[in-house]
Formats: sequence, structure tokens, C-alpha cells
Amino acid sequence: MNPFFARKYVIQGIFITAAIFIIIRLFYLQVINDEYLLSANNNVLRKIIIYPARGIILDRENRILVQNEPVYDLMVIPREVKPFDTLEFCNLLGITKERFDKQFKKAKNHSIYRASVLEKQLSAKVFAGFQEKLYLFPGFYVQNRSVRYYPDSIAAQFLGYIGEVNERMIEKSNGFYAKGDYIGISGIERSYEDLLRGQRGVQNLMVDAFSRPKGHFADGKYDTLAVSGEGLQSSLDRDLQKLGEELMAHKIGSIVAIEPASGEILAFVSSPTYNPNLMVGRQRGNNYMKLLNNPYKPMFIRPIQAEYPPGSIFKIVNALVAQQFGSITPSTTYTCGGGYRYGNRVMGCTHVHGPTDLTQSIQYSCNTYYGHIFNRMIDHSGMRSIDGYKRWQAAVAKFGIGSKLNIDLPNERKGLLPSADYYTKRWGSDKWGSSFNISLSIGQGELGITPLQMANTMAIVANRGFYYKPHLIKAIGSKKVIRREFTKKIEVGIAQQYFGSVIEGMSRVVNQPGGTAYYSKIPGIEMCGKTGTVQNPHGADHSVFVAFAPRENPKIAIAVVVENAGFGATWSAPIASLMVEKYLRDSISRPAVYKERITQASLLPAIKQKLNPKTPVKKDSAKTANKTVSRP
Amino acid sequence: MTNIRPRNIFFNVDRVSLYLFLALCIIGWINIYAAVYDPENANAFNLGTNYGKQFIFIISACMLGTLILLLDVKLFSTLSPLFYGISLLLLVAVLVVGRNVGGNQAWIPIGSFRLQPSEFAKFSTCLLLAQYISTTNFKTKSWFSVGLAGLIIVLPVALIMLQPDTGSALTFLSLIFVLYREGLSGYFLVIGAVAIVLFLLTLLLSKVLLIALLVLVAGILLYQLRRKKQWISPIILGTICSIFYIFSVDFTYKNILQPHQRTRIDVLLGKVEDLRGQGYNVNQSKIAIGSGRIFGKGFLQGTQTKYDFVPEQSTDFIFCTVGEEWGFVGSLVVVGLYLFLLMRIIFIAERQRSSFSRIYGYGVASILFVHFFINIGMTIGLVPVIGIPLPFVSYGGSSLWGFTLLLFILLRLDANRMGII
Repeated sequence: MNPFFARKYVIQGIFITAAIFIIIRLFYLQVINDEYLLSANNNVLRKIIIYPARGIILDRENRILVQNEPVYDLMVIPREVKPFDTLEFCNLLGITKERFDKQFKKAKNHSIYRASVLEKQLSAKVFAGFQEKLYLFPGFYVQNRSVRYYPDSIAAQFLGYIGEVNERMIEKSNGFYAKGDYIGISGIERSYEDLLRGQRGVQNLMVDAFSRPKGHFADGKYDTLAVSGEGLQSSLDRDLQKLGEELMAHKIGSIVAIEPASGEILAFVSSPTYNPNLMVGRQRGNNYMKLLNNPYKPMFIRPIQAEYPPGSIFKIVNALVAQQFGSITPSTTYTCGGGYRYGNRVMGCTHVHGPTDLTQSIQYSCNTYYGHIFNRMIDHSGMRSIDGYKRWQAAVAKFGIGSKLNIDLPNERKGLLPSADYYTKRWGSDKWGSSFNISLSIGQGELGITPLQMANTMAIVANRGFYYKPHLIKAIGSKKVIRREFTKKIEVGIAQQYFGSVIEGMSRVVNQPGGTAYYSKIPGIEMCGKTGTVQNPHGADHSVFVAFAPRENPKIAIAVVVENAGFGATWSAPIASLMVEKYLRDSISRPAVYKERITQASLLPAIKQKLNPKTPVKKDSAKTANKTVSRP
Repeated sequence: MTNIRPRNIFFNVDRVSLYLFLALCIIGWINIYAAVYDPENANAFNLGTNYGKQFIFIISACMLGTLILLLDVKLFSTLSPLFYGISLLLLVAVLVVGRNVGGNQAWIPIGSFRLQPSEFAKFSTCLLLAQYISTTNFKTKSWFSVGLAGLIIVLPVALIMLQPDTGSALTFLSLIFVLYREGLSGYFLVIGAVAIVLFLLTLLLSKVLLIALLVLVAGILLYQLRRKKQWISPIILGTICSIFYIFSVDFTYKNILQPHQRTRIDVLLGKVEDLRGQGYNVNQSKIAIGSGRIFGKGFLQGTQTKYDFVPEQSTDFIFCTVGEEWGFVGSLVVVGLYLFLLMRIIFIAERQRSSFSRIYGYGVASILFVHFFINIGMTIGLVPVIGIPLPFVSYGGSSLWGFTLLLFILLRLDANRMGII
């Protein structure tokens, strides 16, 4: 036996100890610490997002309102860039050397191995010139993207715009959106965002140590295809919209036209408008700031955000509600002596109308008549005045006044229809009557109605007692799905028989010589309408006209508001009549000069005047008289 | 002397070692295949690829092993000075006619193959060492004997250092285990361990702090052992030597080591994080192995090795493929096979009647052990990156043949263990 035999164990011990060290270390790396798996995936996996095409938007005749147009982002991988002629490069792109240096530095700071955007959204023209010389600039390449394009440059506020998501949106979306994604910011683009955006596709590519693609991870098991956004068919009539925007040029105001039988919005003009193509592309930021600072506030969506005391057009609502309450019948007659006397005060009328029945009261817009019927509804209802008011308020609210109609656009305002409590608080007692808010009878005072609500009221009259929720999108996707809520008939609680004499009065307004809007009569079409003039404490009064046509089986209900334009008959009624004729006949029978008078008129207020599109409701207008004219 | 005529050449050959050898070769080939696998061009025996070549190497290694088993057993002891001499000549030749690959002049081109003489120096050094120690005039108490044995080891080390292939040279130092087994004082091992610890501490701590600590420890020891006079001078001497050693380590580290070697050590010690430069290999290697988790990604499913994130993936870093595709379980199997082989070799060595065979057996164990520990250790960040192959597994003809010679000579000696050499 070798004397050092026992040393075998020492050597074995050292070998075993070393192996145990290795095993412990392996256990730590492979079982305990899971960082390495992440690092391995970071090494090898590249998630490539495939952006879907955003849904396009058509008008009601399937004409394109918004489509996608290809643009080209110039990308750079700094590591692969070799020296090149910077001057030529900048000239081709139309950028300055400073700009290039700044952008290139930014790209390098991001990563020298990965692609960064050097210049966003090159136009097709710049791209074409650049592409021929692309081989001179290794490390640069061009990536296709698409941007929104509006072939007719119309309906800006209706369609809205898209923009890159900000940090807050990303956070709110629970990680759905990522930096660089686009999202609808306003209009339909925003309210139908989840349909329009489509579904992003993902490719899980594997790359080698030199970032060369090596195929799909797990044979593409986790890859998804991009799904294009749903196309939307809007209810808008492109030609009608175009005409509306033309007519409203150089004016502030709105046109809303609704198809009464469906609630579909045919025209949605907010003036001043802007070219929606300005909100796309590289100049977007500058354009946006310009629009935002424009004193006439083109970004303000007047049809749903501007609230006006409706003025005389509100008499239609009162006439209907009073009949439904049984307070009057069509033959109820009051004698107009030039004003309505309450207590020791008078609400003046524009004329001395003499004995006036219901139809005539609409035809001549007699304030006295409405003073009387409001007094009957509130003070002679067989209950306390305050309860009479509550009943009246509830009946008016059913027209969609004082609350949102919930149109499919964001940021709709609800307007104002004061509650009984409001007056109780204001007068310090619940013992008030019609004389405390008599101006409501003629649509003045504490009322605020949006142009959309005005047009919807016309749709109700046209339908003789019901409406469909006004909406902008009539069909979604290739299957033409319509939202259920838009097909639900909403009754307003006025029996059909009460509409006859009101509509007769509205017809006479337009069609009988001496009617306030006789100048706007359309030959061969019986349009029923009502003019209104909205008092504006900040400047000239606003011109309002509401109408529907034809009288039987109406096809269009319309509201036109032109701010600071004076009498309703002067501007709003002719605009409405042109719109109605265009829609019903697809042509305009009246001489061109009729239209030109309007399109060439500029009714913009002086800029230095502080513009406030939302006309504040006048505190107590009981003494003020309605100025609706009865001149043609 | 009666020669037992073998019924076949594998008569009396240790089957367990044989199977372990084959298992490691096959594991190596499978993992080389996976490491360079290209789905568009998959042909297992394409000679243009590493795995195709390795297949040839394995076949020829088996033939080489068989040849050795056929040789007369006396050849190895008697011709050991000749083998050693040829190895030294080749090591000199490589410095003259060798081809420089990656900064190391380690290969002699022969036709389309390249011969790496340092791989063959391993077995011949073991043989001569065994031959020298087994002769009766070797005395471990004699400084002359130990010095001569040391010279046998240091000669090839010096020549290899000139290439310079520090990694290969270091592996020869493992032969200290052989000397230890044959009676060298255990203090050498202790001194070696202390040297390693002091080396690391020198690089990690400031010199002043380390020397202060050392003096403090020495002071405490002196106080505790104040009654035992015989301890006083060794402690004082040891402390002084240690202080000199610390300064020389510091000097070596700062002035003699190549910058890349310095960085490799710094990376290992966590002093610098150089993930793009010297730290890249180890980091990627750890990522590959760590991402294999418990059961691995499966054969050919490894991404880190297949897509070239790990460099030298079929040679020095072949263990990454094992770790990535076969996980902790597969790594455990490979480590287990090596440990089994090492234990088997020690078992074989101890059953030899001749001290030549035993000493040679320990030489084989030591060489295999140091390759196994340093190679796997470097892939998992236990030791600095030292470019030496994993025996039988790494791609490469010279190293496979070198290790085959090393192992099969032992098997030949063992097959004849009952005879007298």
C-alpha cells in the first residue's frame, strides 16, 4: 500500500467541490435568476408592429370623405451610415444642415443599432426625388405609412382629426396604445376610434447577433395579422355639405340638416371651418396653433357647442305644448294691441296684429299671443303656478331641449332649460308665476339651444310628434350595421292632431306673400319654416331660421344660425331655402345672383371685438321685446 | 513474464471509461451540430461544416484509440522521453513555422488541417513525469527531485507561453496534484490556495488595507500562539512573503498582463461592466445558459447560440449550447459525466500495480479536471475567460486527439494492470 494513499481522498474532494461549485452556479443561473431569459429574448426577438389601415369614411352616397394616402418616413440606422454628401442629401429632402445634424444626433442618442425616424411624412414628390438617389446613402431607408386625406376638404369639424397619442392617453389605454400610434382626437375620428383604428398586427421576428432577420419566432405561432379598421358610411350628403360650407363662407354660424324619417344628419356645417388636410402631415403642429389662435375659433364645433336663446322659433314649441295641455285650441284668439300686458309691465310686439288665432300667431310671430298662452299654461292650469311651470318644463324637455341629444360626436353641450327650483331660488320664494319669466314664451330669457337641438325640433314637427336620435354614422363596416339606438322612435308626447295649424302657420311664413320668409320661397316646393332673431348683447343680433320640406312626407329638416347677421329672414332663411332645394332637387332653380349675394357676403364681426360664440343668456329679459321682423 | 493473449483488443479494457468517452464525444457532436445548425442547409455529414468535420475527428479518434490499445504496453514508459522530446520540438517549431490565429501562434498547418502541438504536449508531459517519478531515485523530500519534476512541467509551459497561449500553459500547472499524490508536502496546495485568494483580494481591495489586514491577522496569530515558539518564525516569514507577493501581483497585473487579460479578470470580479467588449462573451454566455431554465429550449431550439450571440460557440463556449438547449438538467448530466469520468480515472489509477501507471493516471485526471473546471467555469462566470477546450466535447481535431491519446494510453496501461511493465 502506497504511503500517500489517503491523499486520493483529498484530490477527490477537490474535484467534487469544484463540481459542486459549478452546479450551484448553474442552479443560480438556470433556475433561480430569470433575468437571463428576458435578456435572451431581448437579444433575439424583435417585435414588429404592423399598422392597420384606418377605416375610411364615406358619405351617404358612398362618396369618399376621408381616405388614406401613403406617405414616407425616412428612417436611419446610424451604425450603418457611411460618409456621404450631406449637402446633396439635405437639398433632396429640402431640410437645412442644422436640421439634419439635430435629427441625426437624436437618432444616434436613441440607438446606433436600431432604426429611428429621421424625417417624418415625406410627400410623394420629395420621396420620388429622393428614392432615385437612395443608394448613395447607406443606412437610410424609407418606410411607408399612410395618413388621412380629405379629397373634398370638407366637413372638418364633423370628421375631426387624428394625432399622435400622448403619455396620458397611453396610460389611460392600459397599454393598448404605444408611442407613435395615432388616435382620433375629435369628431367622428374620436367617437368611432375603436372601430376605425382596426387591429394592429404583430410579427415576432428573430434576429441574429448582427440584427439580420432569421425567421419568425415559433414559426409565427404568436404573430397576428393587421386587421384594417371598419369603414363607416356617414349620413352626410357631400354635395349638400359643400354647398352649406360655401354659403357660410365668411360668416359665423351653423347649418344642421336632418332627415326626419331617420334622424340622419345630412349637413353639419360649422363656420368658420378649416381645411381638414391642414391637420395632417408635417405642418400639422403649426397649422394647429394657427387655428387655435384664430379669433373666429374654427375649432369650436358650433352645431353642438354653441348655445343660443332660440328666439321666435321657440313659439312653435309653445304652440304645440299649449295645445297638448288643452290650454288653447287652434281657434283660440287673442287680440294683439301691440304688446302683452302683465301687472304694470308690457312685453312689446313688433306690430299691432289685432285679433290673432294660432296659425296667424306663427305666421306673424305675434309676441302678445304667446304671452297669453304662456300665462294660461303656467298660471291657469288648475294647479299652483310652480307646478304649472314644472309641467311645462317637462313637456319642453321631451323635445330634447336642455339635455344632450347624445349625438355620436364628442363634447356635445346640453343647452339650458331652467328648472322650477332655479326660479324659486332666484326669487327667494316658490310663489312666482308666468310674469316672472314671461320671456320664455317667445324664446328669450334663460334658454340655451344648440343648432342641433333646433334642427331636431324641426324634425319632430316634420314627423308630427316623434324623432330619431340625430346621428352622423348610418352604417358601420361592410355589413352596414346600424347602431340600435339610432333606430328607436322617440315620442315627444304631443298628439299628431295639434301639429296641423302650427304647420299651416309655418307654411304661410314662407309661402304666403307677407310671410316673414316669403323671399325664401322655393318654387314648386312647399317649405314650412320659422324665422327668429336672437338678441346678442355683444353685438349685432343672430339670424336664425328653421324649416322642413316638403310639407307632406318631409325629407329634410334644417336649422340655420348666422351670428351677427340681424334678421332671420335676411340671411338664414335664404341659406336654408337653397340647402333644401339643393337636397330635394339636386339643383337650384333660382338665379345665380340669389346664391352669390350670400356667398359673397362677409358677416364677420371686427376682430378686436371680443368674440364669444356662446351668447350668455340674458338675466332678465322680461322687458325686452322680440324683434322678429315681419318684413319680407 | 506471461503475456495474456487478448481474445480481442478490447479485452480487459475498462468499459465504463470507454462508454463515458463515447457519451461525451456524442454529446459534443450533437451540440456542435446545434450550435452551427442552419435550417436551410441541414446535412449532418457535410464536410464543409464544423459538425461534419467533427464527425471525421471522432471516427479518427476512435481509430487512434484502437491503435493505442493494440500497441505494446511497454512502449509508453520506454519511449516517454522520445514523445516528450518530439513535443518540445513541435512547440519550438510552431513558434517558427506556426500560423498565427487570433493573436496566438499555436497551430502548424499540415495540408488542410492545423495541428496544435500544445494538445500533444499534455500526454507526453504526463508520461515523462510518470516515468521520472516512478523511477526510484525520485524523493519528494529532495529539492533536487522536486525541482527536476517541476522542470519537466515548466519546459512546455514556457514554450507555450511564448505563443502566447496562457490558457493552455496554465493547464499544466494542474500536475501539482500528481506531485501531491506522490508525496509533495500538502503545504504546496495550501500555499497555492492562499496565493489565489491573495491574488483576488489584491485586485479587489486596496493594497494598504490588505497589508494592514494581513499584519493584523499575523499579530493575532502570534498573540494566540505566543507559547508555541516554533510558530513564530513561519508566521513572520509567511507575512513578509505575502506582502511581497501582493506587490508582485499588483505589478504583474498592472504591467505584465495584457490589457484584455486584465479586463477579463476585472469583468469576472465585477469591477467593470464591459458588455460590448471583453465582458461581451461572458455576458452572452451567461444569457444563453441562464435562458435554458430547468429543461432547456430543446434540441435546435436555442436562439443565443444559433444566431451567433455567443462567440466561439462550437469550441470554447460549446457548453452554452448544452445549457441553453438542455437546461439545468442537461448541464447536470454533462457535469455528472465528467465527475464520474474523473472519479473513474482515480479509481483506475489507484488499482494499478505499477507506480508509473498510477502517476500517469493522476496526470490524466489532473489535466481533464482543469479543462473541465476552467472551461465550464468561464462560461458561467466562475473563472476568467481562458481559451481552453472542453475535453471530448469542444470542436477541434487536435484537442480531441490529444485527449484521446491521454485517456487511451491510461486504458491501455490499465488493461495490462496485472502484467509487469
